[in-house]
Amino acid sequence: MSTLPARPVETAPKPTLRRLSNPHHSNRARGEPMLWLCGGSLAVCLLMVIGLLVLVFWQGIGTFWPHPVVQVRLADGSVRMGEVSRQNSFQPSTEQLAELTPEVRAQAETRLVDGWSSRRQFRTGNFDLTNHHYYWVPDYLVAEESNPEWAVLIERQTWGRFYGFPAELRIDGKAVATEPSAVMQRLQTELEPVLTRFHRIEAIRKVEIGGLAEREEDARLAARAAELRYGKDSPRHRAAVAEFEKVAADTSDQGARFDDEIRELQRENARYAVLLKTADGAEKELPLDAIVRIYAPNQLGFAGRVGVYLDRWREFLFDSPRNTNQEGGVWPAIFGTVLMTLIMSILVVPFGVLAALYMREYAKAGLVISAVRIAVNNLAGVPSIVFGVFGLGFFCYIIGGSIDSLFYPERLPTPTFGKGALIWASLTLALLTLPVVIVATEEALSAVPSSMREGSYACGASKWQTIQRIVLPRALPGIMTGMILAMARGAGEVAPLMLVGVVKSANELPLDGAAPFLHPSRSFMHLGFHIYDLGFQSQNSEAAKPTVYTTTLLLIAVITVLNVFAIWLRSRLRRRFVAAQF
Amino acid sequence: MSEPAPQTSPRPNVMQPKPVMLGSQSALDTEPAVARSGIMQAIARGERVESRIHDAVAGEEAVLGVENFSLFYGEAKALHDINLVVPRGKVTALIGPSGCGKSTLLRSVNRLNDLIDGVRIAGDMKLNGDSIYGPRVDVIELRKRMGMVFQKSNPFPMSVYENVVYPLRIDGIRDRNVLDEVCEKSLRGAALWDEVKDRLHSSALAMSGGQQQRLCIARAIAAEPEVLLMDEPCSALDPIATGKIEDLIWELKGTYSVMIVTHNMHQAARCSDYTAFLYLGRLIEYGPTEAIFTKPLTGETEDYVSGRFG
Repeated sequence: MSTLPARPVETAPKPTLRRLSNPHHSNRARGEPMLWLCGGSLAVCLLMVIGLLVLVFWQGIGTFWPHPVVQVRLADGSVRMGEVSRQNSFQPSTEQLAELTPEVRAQAETRLVDGWSSRRQFRTGNFDLTNHHYYWVPDYLVAEESNPEWAVLIERQTWGRFYGFPAELRIDGKAVATEPSAVMQRLQTELEPVLTRFHRIEAIRKVEIGGLAEREEDARLAARAAELRYGKDSPRHRAAVAEFEKVAADTSDQGARFDDEIRELQRENARYAVLLKTADGAEKELPLDAIVRIYAPNQLGFAGRVGVYLDRWREFLFDSPRNTNQEGGVWPAIFGTVLMTLIMSILVVPFGVLAALYMREYAKAGLVISAVRIAVNNLAGVPSIVFGVFGLGFFCYIIGGSIDSLFYPERLPTPTFGKGALIWASLTLALLTLPVVIVATEEALSAVPSSMREGSYACGASKWQTIQRIVLPRALPGIMTGMILAMARGAGEVAPLMLVGVVKSANELPLDGAAPFLHPSRSFMHLGFHIYDLGFQSQNSEAAKPTVYTTTLLLIAVITVLNVFAIWLRSRLRRRFVAAQF
Repeated sequence: MSEPAPQTSPRPNVMQPKPVMLGSQSALDTEPAVARSGIMQAIARGERVESRIHDAVAGEEAVLGVENFSLFYGEAKALHDINLVVPRGKVTALIGPSGCGKSTLLRSVNRLNDLIDGVRIAGDMKLNGDSIYGPRVDVIELRKRMGMVFQKSNPFPMSVYENVVYPLRIDGIRDRNVLDEVCEKSLRGAALWDEVKDRLHSSALAMSGGQQQRLCIARAIAAEPEVLLMDEPCSALDPIATGKIEDLIWELKGTYSVMIVTHNMHQAARCSDYTAFLYLGRLIEYGPTEAIFTKPLTGETEDYVSGRFG
């Protein structure tokens, strides 16, 4: 106390002088460098995240836009026609130039700038004819370029896209239209009934014949169950077998009738075909029912392009995939992702909250609880594939296998629950995201002011009453935050899912109109796995690339929607519990 | 403070009767210079200090009796052999400098200190003759017989109505008529009814600080407590809200037995019937408020109430 500084009045000018003589000191005192460091770190983080999002968005949003079709004649006389999908600069090697004929080479060299040339990648389709989806075309080889008016793009059920010119429309092998405009006009009227018949065939196969197969399978299982339960050749078993034989005869009768119907429809559809000419003169006859979409890109106005664009989005969002997932929609994958994420959230939140409640409210703080807390936090660092292996071994084989042998012995050796399934995938991810929920809940619980707890205890409330009526409602927004984080983590996870229930393509959705509506034992499709499958498992990854971006965009959108929903829920709760404190 | 275990707290050198040792002031430079009767020095030496209890207290009927009560936070002894009788239907104020154990004593009455790890006690308290710290006491049932108001208002994050009937809700009472009746009665008792009767079902957190504190009082009296404990109920409020709470305490007197901790000497003088002065965990003097403020028996009390230290 005796070393108080001199009174400021006497030494007033001094600090000013010192500050002027040492600008670094004042800078550090003001904390300017730290401000820049913190702000800069945030900027870098944001830049990377926004960069990624913009890339995905930009690449993903343009996939379905119909581009004009370009036809080029190359110096060697060959013709390429298709949509330009990429463009870049390259330096042709001397070997590449040496292969050219002398006059072409001389011409090419005049068009090179410092040895560089730009080139374009053409999506030419027609894989069944050329074995190529794409061609790179260097600019110096292009002799002639045009946008043919009657070039058409056909999306087919199989073999991918076709680029060509409509030559003839044939009914029963006879040409009914031979001019491109006439062919396209006639197609408008003829295509619709053909496609209606095509979808009818699909529906018969899936619903009617599928239903018959199911009935027969049920009867067979009933017979097998009777055999297991009452013994072979017991009266009940014999009755069940007789029943099965009756059902089998019945279903095969009906099945034959459906087969006839399908054959009839197919015969009718086979009458219609369109003859197409490719840019290099090859001819291809295409049955009309193989066409998914046909349009002439170079004739489309802006409205027409938007129409095609939106129609492709509709197909992508609401249809099933076709042509080994490379085309068509991803509806089953969207559905599977959302359903699995929701089930996972429903499973993980109660577990995590109860565990956190015990650690924070009941257990005595000490070494054991600290160790448990560290263990839980480290659980978040276990590679997710390890969770997948655990899920496969424990959930699928041990628990699922036990369920099968207890409740579905008649179906063995075909597993019901003893394989990858929606419920096991959800449980595995619940385990994976458990640390997130526990940590967030613990934070939320410790943020509840102790004055609230004391107030409740002073009213004579027991511990559980206090937790239930005061602590949990107050901590609910924080718990919801944990759930949001868990959902984001779980929805984006792929590796463990490949082991415990996600498949490349699932015929049935895990939720449908047949009792019991939710089928937890079914395998399902998932957007994350779909991305992996498209990008790395398809034979034609170049063609799949735009779809990979679009699917990624969609996955991000789905997770965002789920999160926004949870955030909305949380803000509602928060308004209720933390209203304006004076 | 290096007191040993509670069993040995009455030390052998208790013999020293109320020492008056003016000469030894210089040995204790942390003590205020005006200490007169030497109690401070006796405490500093770790000696036992006898409380001065005014005779008027003996004539009152006790609602709460504190008997030889000591409390330890781990090894540190926070309360030293307190003996205190809280009269029925009266307001008893606990005064003393910060850290003297007033709040600890108050929170010991409804055993809120049980929630803190490492708290041990010795001695007992009696609520209307029933032991508070006995081995078979159900703490939950015990707390239901008392109401408590805290320093910082702590309304629960729910509606005004639910806040008031909370003690009944946790008892499982669902009868709407009973709840409505108790809610109105308690809010009227806390002089809050007219202000909130139109927004009983809006959030309690939207009210002003003074209203929140009166809401807490309404909650504390909802279950008809035998004793109402108030821990500096006005310290976070402005003078107008404080005045309202003091009026309220004055009105509650008679119906409820109130035990109030306060830092504000004027408040103790204005609204209490009896005042206890605590210092460093000891009860120094206890008697009728008027006597404590006008003719205290010890110089330390006089110094404190006249603002010379503390």
